[in-house]
Amino acid sequence: MTPLLLYIVFGAFAAAVIAPLLVRWFGDRASAVLAIVPASVVGIVFFMLGPPPDGLLQATIPWIPSLGIDLSFWVDGLSIIFVLLIAGIGTVVLVYAGAYLHDHRDLGRFLTWIMVFMGAMLGLVTSGNLLTLFLFWELTSISSYFLIGFLHDDAASRKSALQALLITGAGGLSLLAGFILLGSAVGSYELSAILTSGDAFRSSEWYLPGLLLILIGAFTKSAQVPFHFWLPNAMAAPTPVSAYLHSATMVKAGVFMLARLHPVLNGTSEFHVLVGTAGAATMILGAVSAFGQRDLKRLLAYTTVSALGTLVLLLGIGTETAVQAAMVFLLAHALYKGALFLTVGIVDHETGTRDVESLGGLWRMMPMTALAATLAALSMAGLPPMLGFIGKELLYEAKLAAPWAPWTITALGVTANILTVAVAALMTLRTFGGASSSVRTAHDPSWQMWGGVALLASLGFAAGMAADLVATHIVGPATTAIRGERVETSLGLWHGVNPVLLLSLATLASGAALYALHRPIRRMTAGWRPWKAERAYDAALAGMLASARKQTLWLQSGQISTYLALTLLATLLLVGLPILAFWPQLSMVVAMDLALLPTVIAGMMAIAAFLAVRAKTSLGSIIALGVVGYGIAVLFLLYSAPDLAMTQFAVETLSVVLLMLVVAKLPEFRQMGSRSTRLWQAGLAGAGGALMTLLVLFVTAEPARMTLATFYGEASYALANGRNIVNVILVDFRGLDTLGEITVLGIAALGAVALLRLVVDKEDGR
Amino acid sequence: MRSLILASATRVLLPLLWLFSVFILLRGHNEPGGGFIGGLVAASGVALYALAFGPAAARRVLPADPRTLIAIGLVLALGSALISTLGGGTFMTGMWSSFAIPVIGKVGTPFLFDIGVYVVVVGIAVALVLTMAED
Amino acid sequence: MHLLLAILVGILYACGLYLMMRRSMLKLVIGLGLLGHAANLLIFTAGRVVPGAVPLIPEGMTTPSGPIADPVPQALILTAIVIGFGVQAFAILLVRRLAERTRTDDVRELTTTEQLETQTGTGKGAS
Repeated sequence: MTPLLLYIVFGAFAAAVIAPLLVRWFGDRASAVLAIVPASVVGIVFFMLGPPPDGLLQATIPWIPSLGIDLSFWVDGLSIIFVLLIAGIGTVVLVYAGAYLHDHRDLGRFLTWIMVFMGAMLGLVTSGNLLTLFLFWELTSISSYFLIGFLHDDAASRKSALQALLITGAGGLSLLAGFILLGSAVGSYELSAILTSGDAFRSSEWYLPGLLLILIGAFTKSAQVPFHFWLPNAMAAPTPVSAYLHSATMVKAGVFMLARLHPVLNGTSEFHVLVGTAGAATMILGAVSAFGQRDLKRLLAYTTVSALGTLVLLLGIGTETAVQAAMVFLLAHALYKGALFLTVGIVDHETGTRDVESLGGLWRMMPMTALAATLAALSMAGLPPMLGFIGKELLYEAKLAAPWAPWTITALGVTANILTVAVAALMTLRTFGGASSSVRTAHDPSWQMWGGVALLASLGFAAGMAADLVATHIVGPATTAIRGERVETSLGLWHGVNPVLLLSLATLASGAALYALHRPIRRMTAGWRPWKAERAYDAALAGMLASARKQTLWLQSGQISTYLALTLLATLLLVGLPILAFWPQLSMVVAMDLALLPTVIAGMMAIAAFLAVRAKTSLGSIIALGVVGYGIAVLFLLYSAPDLAMTQFAVETLSVVLLMLVVAKLPEFRQMGSRSTRLWQAGLAGAGGALMTLLVLFVTAEPARMTLATFYGEASYALANGRNIVNVILVDFRGLDTLGEITVLGIAALGAVALLRLVVDKEDGR
Repeated sequence: MRSLILASATRVLLPLLWLFSVFILLRGHNEPGGGFIGGLVAASGVALYALAFGPAAARRVLPADPRTLIAIGLVLALGSALISTLGGGTFMTGMWSSFAIPVIGKVGTPFLFDIGVYVVVVGIAVALVLTMAED
Repeated sequence: MHLLLAILVGILYACGLYLMMRRSMLKLVIGLGLLGHAANLLIFTAGRVVPGAVPLIPEGMTTPSGPIADPVPQALILTAIVIGFGVQAFAILLVRRLAERTRTDDVRELTTTEQLETQTGTGKGAS
C-alpha cells in the first residue's frame, strides 16, 4: 500500500518539476498530459484502495529518525472524499487550463505551481502527523500566492496575492501554535494518538487556547468572518485557479481541519458557540454580499464564502446528521461551484466581460456551455434530482435538529438559501437567457473547456440519482471518520412530505420571487457594503509599513559611526547592565601579580594604541598599530604560545610591508567632525572598552576549566602522532574547521583580487 | 624606491627565507611551527622581493600564479582528507606511515594537509601583496 | 597579570572603536586592526595566561610533562590572526581604491553607489 500512498502525494510534486519541460515538448497539450497524474490518483482510489474495510489506511515511513519525525499517512473516509475532490476536479481543471491559457508564455510556470498545489493539498488530507500536515498546509498558502499573483504585471493581482498570503500565512502560524499546544497536551503529534485523546485534551487547561488558535488557522483558510475578504479579492487569479483553489479545494482546507480534529475539539459549548457563530455569520454575509455583485466571479466568490460558512456551521452543530449533511454539501458544492467557475471563465474568455449587467442571450451562441451551466445551477439552487437537493434537505434536517437555537439557525439557513437560489438564477438566466446583449461574436469554446463543465455538472446529477452509492462509498466512511464511530448512511431523493420538504419548497418559491424582483432590489442596494473588515487589514498593513519606514530612517542612516554607536549602546545595555548585578564578585580577581617584562610591554602597547588615535599623520598611526601588533607577539611568546608569537610576527611584518607599499598613495589624515561629536564618541568607545575589561575579569574570576586542554594533551601524541598540540588541533582534531577556513580565505582572496582587477580593467577600457 | 642594499640582501634572503619556511612547516607537527606560519614566512620573502625588484620580478620568481597556488593548496588539503575514504574509512581519518623520518617524524595525511595549508596561505598572502604592489 | 591584560584589552577596544567611528577612511582601517588585536588578546586572556607552560609534548614522552597552557584558544587565535590579516589587507586595498575613485576620504560622502559613478564619470556606459 505504501508505494501507492507515496504516489498519491508525491506524484504531483514530481510532475510539477517536469511541467515546464512538458510544455516545451507538447505545448498546450502539456496540461492534458499532466492531467494523467490526478486522473490516475482517482483511479487508484476507486479501483485499488477501494473503501478501506475499517475506514482506515495507515503507513509510516521514517523521515528524520534522529528527531523522531516520520512521514506518516492516515487515509480514512474523510481523506478519501477530499482526495477524490482534489484529484478529480484537478483533472478537469488541468485539461481546461491548457485551452484557457492557450499560447500563454508562462504556461509552464502556471502548471508547475498548480501541480505543487495539488501535491500539497493531497499531502494535507492524507497526512498522519500534525507537523507534516502543517508543512503541507503552508505549502498550499505559498503555491496559492504564486497562482493568485500569476498575472504578476497587474498591481491588483499582486496586492490580492499578498493579501491572501498574509492572512492565510498568519492563520498558519496560529494553527502551528495550536498544534503545538495540542501535541504537547496529548504527548504526540501523530494523528493515531491524537484522535483517541479527545477527552484528555478537552479537560486539559490548554484546550481553550489551543482551540482558539486552531480555529483562527481554519477560519482564515476557509474565509470565515472576519477574515473572509481575501477570497473575493483572490478572484484576480486566472479562472482555473479560482475554480480549483478558491472554490473546490484550498478554501475547504479549513473545513477539512475542523473535520479532521472534530473528535478532539467537538463536544464543548465553546466549540459549538465559536464555530457555529462564525459559520452562521459567514453564511449569511456571503449570501447577502453575493446578491449585489455585478462581476460574475466575485458573485460566485461570495456564494463560496456563504457555502464555506454553511459547512463550518454544520461542523459547529456537530451532530451525526449535521456532519453527514456537511459531507454531502461539500461534495455537491465542489461539483456545481467548480462547474460554474469554469463557466464564468468560458464566458469571460469568449466575450471579454464578466459583467452580469452587460451579458445576456448567450445560449444561442454557446448552447453546450449554457446547458452544462444550467445543470450545475440547478444543483446550486437545490432542485431535484441533483445532489444539491439532497444536500439542502439534509442541511435543513440538521439545522432543525440542532441542539441549540434550532429556529434561529434554520431561519438564517433558509434566508441564505433563498439568496443562493436567486443568485443561481441570476447567474444563468441573466447570462444565457433573455434577449441578446451587445455581445455578438461569442461561440462555444473547444471541448476541453465546456467538457469540464459538463462533466462536473453531470456528476452532480448522477450523484443525485445514485445517492445510495454515494452514501455507502463516500459519505458514510467520511462521516464515520469525523464522528470517530461507525455511521450507517443512506441518502435518497424522496422522504415523503415532511417539514424539510416544505422548507425546501418555500425556499424555492421565495428565491424565484427574489429573482423576479432582483433588478429594483439590486439597484437600491448598489454600493451598499456594510461589512468592511478589509479596512482593518489595510490600516494594519499601512501602519506596519509606515513604522518600518520610520524605524529604518532612524536606524539605517548609512553612516558607519551611527551603526557602531547603536551596536555599542545595545551591547552596553544588554551585557553591561546584567554584569553590574555581579559586581561584588569582582573583588576576588583584583589581585596584583605584576611581572616586570609583561607590564612594560603592556604599557608600551597602551601608549602605542593612544598614539594610533592621536597621530597627526597616517604614517605615524600605521607605525603605532605595528607596535601594538609586535607587542602582542611578545606577549604570546611570554605566555607559552610560541606558535602564535611566530604567526603574529610574520603577519605583522607582512602588514608593515603592505602598508609601506601603499602608504604614499593613501589619503592623508584630516580632522573631520565637531568637537562635541568626538567627545561623545570617545565616551561611548571608552564605555565599550571598559565593558570588555569587565568581561575578561569576570571570565578569569571563574575557576579555569581544563578538560579540553587535558584531553588534547593526552590524545595529541597517542591518537595523532604529534607533539605540538596546537598544530595537531589545527590539522587533525579540528582539521575540518581548518579546511573550511582556508577555503573561505582562498575564495575571499580570489574575490578581492578579482574585484580590484576588475576596476583596473574597467578604467583601462579593457 | 629601489635600494642597492635591499636588492643585494634580498637576493640572499629570499632562498634563505623559503628554506626556513619549509623547515618551519616540516617541524610544525612536533615543535612550534606549521603550515600557517611557514606560509606567511614564505610570503614575506616574496613581499621583500617585490619591494626590492618590483612586483613583476616577484611574479617571475614564483613557481606558479598565486591563484593557482590557492587552488593547488586546497586540492592538497582536500585530497589528504579524502585518502582515508578510499580504504572505506571516515572522511579525514588520519593515516600514518609505520616508519619515522628525522625532523618530521612519522608521515601521515595530516602532514599532507598541513602542506596544503602552507600552499594556500602562500597563495593568499602573495596574491594580496602583489595586487597591492601592482596597483 | 590578568587584571593588567584585561585593562589592556579594554584600552585596545576603546581606541579601536573610537577610530572606527571617525570619518576618515584610513582611521577606520587602523581602528579595525586595533579591534582585531584586541579580540585576539581577549580570547588569549580569557583562556588564562601562564608563563613557561608551552603546549608541547617533550621528546620521548607521550603526554605533556606538566600542566600546559590551554591549546584550544591558541588554535583559535592562530587562525584568527591569519583571517585578520586577510581582512586588513582587503580593507586597505578597498580604501585605496575608494580614495582614488571618489577623491574623498570621508565616509559620510559614500552614501550611495550612484554618486560614485556620477562623480567619476565612469557609469555603466563607460566600459
